[in-house]
Amino acid sequence: MTKAVAVIGIGQVESKPLTPDRDFRELIYTSAKKAYEDAGVAPDDVDALLTNEYDFYAGISIADEYTPDQVGCRLKFDNLVCNDGTIAFINAYMLILSGIADVVVVESHSKVATDVKNYPEVLLFALDPIYNRPLGGHPYYLAGMDMTRYICDAGATREQIAEVVVKNKGNALLNPSAGFGARLTVDDVICSRPAFWPINELDIAPLADYSAVVILASEDVARAVTDTPVWVIGVGHATDSSYPESWSWGEAIWVKNASKEAFTMAGIRDPKKQVNIVEVTEAFSYQEPQYLEAMGICKKGEAPSMVEEFYIGGRLPVNASGGCLGMGYAPQAAGLQRIVEVVQQLRQQAGRRQVDNAEVGVAVGSDSEIVKCGGVVVLAR
Amino acid sequence: MAQTYTPKLPRVLPRKKRVAVIGAGMTDFRSINPHTTRELVYEATRRAFDSCGLTPADVDAVVGASAPDAFDGIHMKGWNPVDAMGACGKPYIREFVGGGTGVGCVVTGWYYVASGLYDMVQVSAWEKMSPPVPHAQKLFQTIFEPILEWPLGPNLVWIFALEMNRYMHAHNLKKETIALSAVKNKRNALDHPHSQLGMKITVEDVLNSPVLAWPVQRLDISPSTDGAVTLILASEDVAKKFTDTPVWIDGVGMCIDSQYWMNRDLAFPYYVYLAAQQAYKMAGISNPLKDLDILEPYDPFDYKELHHLDGLLGKQGLAPRLLEEGELERDGKHPSCPSGGLQGVGNPIAAAGAMKVAELYWQLSNQAGKRQVDNAKVGVAQAWGDLMQVATVVVMRS
Repeated sequence: MTKAVAVIGIGQVESKPLTPDRDFRELIYTSAKKAYEDAGVAPDDVDALLTNEYDFYAGISIADEYTPDQVGCRLKFDNLVCNDGTIAFINAYMLILSGIADVVVVESHSKVATDVKNYPEVLLFALDPIYNRPLGGHPYYLAGMDMTRYICDAGATREQIAEVVVKNKGNALLNPSAGFGARLTVDDVICSRPAFWPINELDIAPLADYSAVVILASEDVARAVTDTPVWVIGVGHATDSSYPESWSWGEAIWVKNASKEAFTMAGIRDPKKQVNIVEVTEAFSYQEPQYLEAMGICKKGEAPSMVEEFYIGGRLPVNASGGCLGMGYAPQAAGLQRIVEVVQQLRQQAGRRQVDNAEVGVAVGSDSEIVKCGGVVVLAR
Repeated sequence: MAQTYTPKLPRVLPRKKRVAVIGAGMTDFRSINPHTTRELVYEATRRAFDSCGLTPADVDAVVGASAPDAFDGIHMKGWNPVDAMGACGKPYIREFVGGGTGVGCVVTGWYYVASGLYDMVQVSAWEKMSPPVPHAQKLFQTIFEPILEWPLGPNLVWIFALEMNRYMHAHNLKKETIALSAVKNKRNALDHPHSQLGMKITVEDVLNSPVLAWPVQRLDISPSTDGAVTLILASEDVAKKFTDTPVWIDGVGMCIDSQYWMNRDLAFPYYVYLAAQQAYKMAGISNPLKDLDILEPYDPFDYKELHHLDGLLGKQGLAPRLLEEGELERDGKHPSCPSGGLQGVGNPIAAAGAMKVAELYWQLSNQAGKRQVDNAKVGVAQAWGDLMQVATVVVMRS
């Protein structure tokens, strides 16, 4: 386990179902200001900026044009990745390792809940224009098919998957940044409106507006500016095929490959024992147990029956923040949201949802709810 | 020209790991290529692997690169050709900084290797600009500020006309001088086997071509293009195992300026200057004009080649003089765009910059055929993008 790069500052605006009063640039500015205050560094100290966005969600081509002014990174090294926030984070990590930068700002935001009026149609454009898009429909049907295969392979019951929703929405009630907390029962979930069978309405993470900024620094800088650095000890990212026809249905191969890479780097042999807190991007309830199995935290088919162990106070708290079900799904920024939560937990700043003795945490981010590509980050106190 | 701001130069820390380009491949650049995005990417990738005798199994991570999603109308389009790149199951990202993407993806590939996490990285850049009808130019309206600028109906020709006017005024240039760049690059492209617009033209042809937005005329502009380029990058110890002629990426630089382009002096691209200085510092280059044997500045418009050269060479108004004296010709003292550049070879946005890096690779490893510049040892490639805002630079050495 090497301690070469640390998170020194985090800033976020609370996730909300609607933010008509603020432009996306104002969201970025707000979280950047919080992150700089948290880190105790000024924009002048920053060497590089890493940001991520998708054109079609921004409604603007090349939306990274608008980031440098808001985060004070004008005339600095800048790169944009069109992937999840975790992958932007991993790129920032590599920039520091390569020796080109000492302090890097990672920015990620979502304004889809307010700005995108035809989300399903936009998402449909992610599918291949010749083979898949002409089938039409709301692309979430792909998740319905994936869940069917997953619960079939795992021998899981519908109730077990619904328990994930109960847990995450309940956790979100303890999180002041979460916009979708609720006290539910398993029956509430199972009896909610059918959406993409076997996915019900409450199994889907609602879209949210959100923004986060995370500041990373090399070891020397981190030790100089903060007493509570959170070290990046492992990173990994991977993709699956872009043809749904070739997917490994029911299984998250990309999480498997990415977490293997990250855990190897972090020197973690048995994640079940060595990891204290997990945050995954679950746009749908079934994805949480699916990813946990892919990460090797549970054996194949076991995760759905272990949900009670994943509550705050359980053996391994998963999505103590409320996850995407509780905080809302912020496309592109969901991964950075997970990282922000892990950092808060490791710094013992998570308030009422604080997990005891959290030493090592893992964040998993996915490029999109139907895109099988993403990153895994392992952080340690 | 007084700059209104003097920010500090980017800091450069010692380089940890040397990175080489060991293979390159590209498709033909054409205004309409009937192949799909996936097929274009596959073709370029196949050629790159064949050029160095490797297979996708040897690659540890893949960097994809493509400009606005609107061109081929695919949301998150970086994900579409992952199968064609052989990236399934591997670390994959799509890098994207507007027009700067082509060189930016090589910078990204560089830090993937230089970080020590990956030994061999494949960089694939592609663009398919033919689907929008009648022309891709209209889509550039969507890069502008949605409240203040978009309602004016701007496009790239529009803002380039502003910048070109400013550049010509600042250095008292005639269009005759600037047109020499179009003549030179289109002629150079005749020797490029994949070029789209290689041709013999004269300064008069440029001056007599239709005016689009004064002073921009038809032959001042590069075309819209379908095309793809793939490069294979490797760390020092791995590169030496697979090739005898690695070309080293010794310096990289990226810089972004403010989005408020209306508030800047457009006569000098200060962001290009800063990105270049970062790359030179890393590569140990103190006098770019003397130390660089080949220049590949980004030339989507003829004046842009000169504008960017000013930034790369760090001297305002120097490039037009070099051009007039014939020093930027392929057999001149400072060959610029020996490939034919974007004006000659074509301008598939993201792939255009990568084509420039591929050209440096071919030139510096003596594989450039008819385009070969004698005794070329060090070269620089640069791309530019966003709202006249981003510069990406690599310095390569044989």
